[in-house]
Amino acid sequence: MYRYDEFDRRFLDERVAQYRDQVRRRLAGQLSEEEFRPLRLRNGLYLQLHAYMYRIAIPYGTLSPAQLRMLGHVARKYDRGYGHFTTRQNMQFNWIKLDESPDIMADLASVEMHSIQTSGNCIRNTTSDPFAGVADDEIEDPRPYCEIIRQWSTLHPEFSWLPRKFKIAVSASKKDRAAVHVHDIGLYLVRNAEGEVGFQVLIGGGLGRTPIMAKVLREFLPKKDLLSYLEAALRVYNEYGRRDNIYKARIKILVQSLGIDKMREAVDAEWAKMDHTPLDLDNETVRAIIAHFAPPAYAAVGKDDDAVFQAAVASDRKFARWMKYNVAHHKQPGYAIATVSLKPLGTPPGDITAEQLDLLAELSETYGFGEVRVTHEQNVVFPDVRRSDLPAFYNALAAAGLGTANIGLASDIIACPGLDYCTLANARSIPVAEKLGEHLADREEEVGPMKIKISGCINACGHHHVGHIGILGVDKNGEEFYQITVGGSADEQSAVGGIVGRAVSSDQVNDAVDKLLDVYVRMRCEGEDLPATYRRVGPEPFKEAVYGAH
Amino acid sequence: MVLIKGRQVVADSWRHLDDSDPLPATGAVTISWERWTVERGTIARPRAQLGLRIPNTVTTAVIGADADHCGLIAVAFPNFGDGRAFSQARVLRSQYGFRGEIRATGNVLRDQLQFMERCGIDAFEVPERALTEDWLAAFSEFDLFYQPAADSRPWIARQRAGRN
Repeated sequence: MYRYDEFDRRFLDERVAQYRDQVRRRLAGQLSEEEFRPLRLRNGLYLQLHAYMYRIAIPYGTLSPAQLRMLGHVARKYDRGYGHFTTRQNMQFNWIKLDESPDIMADLASVEMHSIQTSGNCIRNTTSDPFAGVADDEIEDPRPYCEIIRQWSTLHPEFSWLPRKFKIAVSASKKDRAAVHVHDIGLYLVRNAEGEVGFQVLIGGGLGRTPIMAKVLREFLPKKDLLSYLEAALRVYNEYGRRDNIYKARIKILVQSLGIDKMREAVDAEWAKMDHTPLDLDNETVRAIIAHFAPPAYAAVGKDDDAVFQAAVASDRKFARWMKYNVAHHKQPGYAIATVSLKPLGTPPGDITAEQLDLLAELSETYGFGEVRVTHEQNVVFPDVRRSDLPAFYNALAAAGLGTANIGLASDIIACPGLDYCTLANARSIPVAEKLGEHLADREEEVGPMKIKISGCINACGHHHVGHIGILGVDKNGEEFYQITVGGSADEQSAVGGIVGRAVSSDQVNDAVDKLLDVYVRMRCEGEDLPATYRRVGPEPFKEAVYGAH
Repeated sequence: MVLIKGRQVVADSWRHLDDSDPLPATGAVTISWERWTVERGTIARPRAQLGLRIPNTVTTAVIGADADHCGLIAVAFPNFGDGRAFSQARVLRSQYGFRGEIRATGNVLRDQLQFMERCGIDAFEVPERALTEDWLAAFSEFDLFYQPAADSRPWIARQRAGRN
């Protein structure tokens, strides 16, 4: 993984010192709350319902053991013993005191972590494929390019006060595990007809109150041009993006109003005027960054490896189930990609305790090469587990309550923090997710792969639009109701789900979801996921099932 | 208001005319962009005596075409969140080679000064309290930068390459 050099370290020390002084000026009354707000936001500090929330960047989701332990330390020392992984590969703490926030930042800096640009109208944390470097379908490892974007975008002097937030995701291949279509700019690593690797550039995707899928801005961008082209696109957005209405300020609205062809013309025109030379990525620079992500020293497959593993599958049904859902194919023979579910039944999705963080740190050293990845689906990936170690690894997880075998199933629910924490929310998300997960656990194997996503308001932090089943909290005369959508998808076939009908009360959610799943199970063809069935049969059977009896 | 230039407080040598003020025969004056667009055909003035105050809604291509006529361009920050003038300044410097003064006006925040300077702004109208709050220190909060901009400072990728 990427390790800081002296430049990165000194830069971050300067940022901590600057923030410490900003907090001092705020507490001394030199800065009003109005003046301080944009400054704290650019350092990840939000004022929530009960306390400050602190959002820490986990660039492209990668964490070292030292970083995991530091997050555990922050949870214990400054919060209530737990943290929350978000849908954008960040970590949030919900009970932070303002005067302690500079100390947290300094603690994080000691393990090469920060909270720069995790909020505010600037370029946010670049997200990526949690299977980067270990999936056999990838064109090339996306992490070096994410790191290059992270550095370029960090305290960018021109693009720190944009019309609205700006999110970039990079996917290793067309098999999309990074939800590229719902980002302001999405990059797919692709190979052109000449065999050269570059990027397909998408622009203008996003969820929120106007869900729009990104469109292709450029079919093939040579790697060398990555930063100059991003800079051209950002400049067009900074100049032309709307600033009169916060709900119309994302780049997706600009792309929608100009049309993708005009947008392309504007970006190309800006790109043509710029001097690219300073931003051109030379081979030397790229090679130096790629070297940080060199594959670890994999062991050769032992001759008894498979026997150990098969014996465990045969003798332990729980392990066999965990293998089936939580373990994915690794490109290196003898290794597997294992996903630790942070969705045990009856707990808030993505929450993790300090003790669990410490345990994951230890396990990543024992069963891997000291690295884990946080996913946008709020789970934790161990990228390099030896297949022969899987039984022992599973047992260690299960003993700590982390052995839930539900990755990709109905109880692997994404949810935002909702009204329990968030000032924007209209309704609670966590209790709905907890109850629904428990309710569906008995039938989730029969249902098969299923993505349920819950947001507590129209800002869509829980990505409900692209859930196979999406649940949106709405407020009706002070009461919490839930609007249900069906058929959405965040993968390469991305689609926004269709609204099933009028919103239901919280105690009707489980029943409505059951009925939607009944329709899917009854009508699906072999191998179809719910969005595919929905595309084929249309919305009527689903509407009929939920509302027909009334 | 206080004017900072060259990282020190200086007297403002420019007169800022209202649109109804008559144009004096000599002396350094700034006029609004709107007035310039109406009267440009009749204004014959050495570059060093003409400044333009531009709203942040005018596109850089349009300003750039006229930059040759003036020695000062005042860009506007109507509120802290509106960052269009960062791009205006950067483009004026990097694409149009504008070498006159670019002055930040409006709601200029201490914590944006270094960003502004990196985008090519070299004069700053700041509130009086800047003097008691040591705003000059804000220009040197960072001495490392991750990207090239309109200033001549080195950036980290270059520094790394130089060292290797």
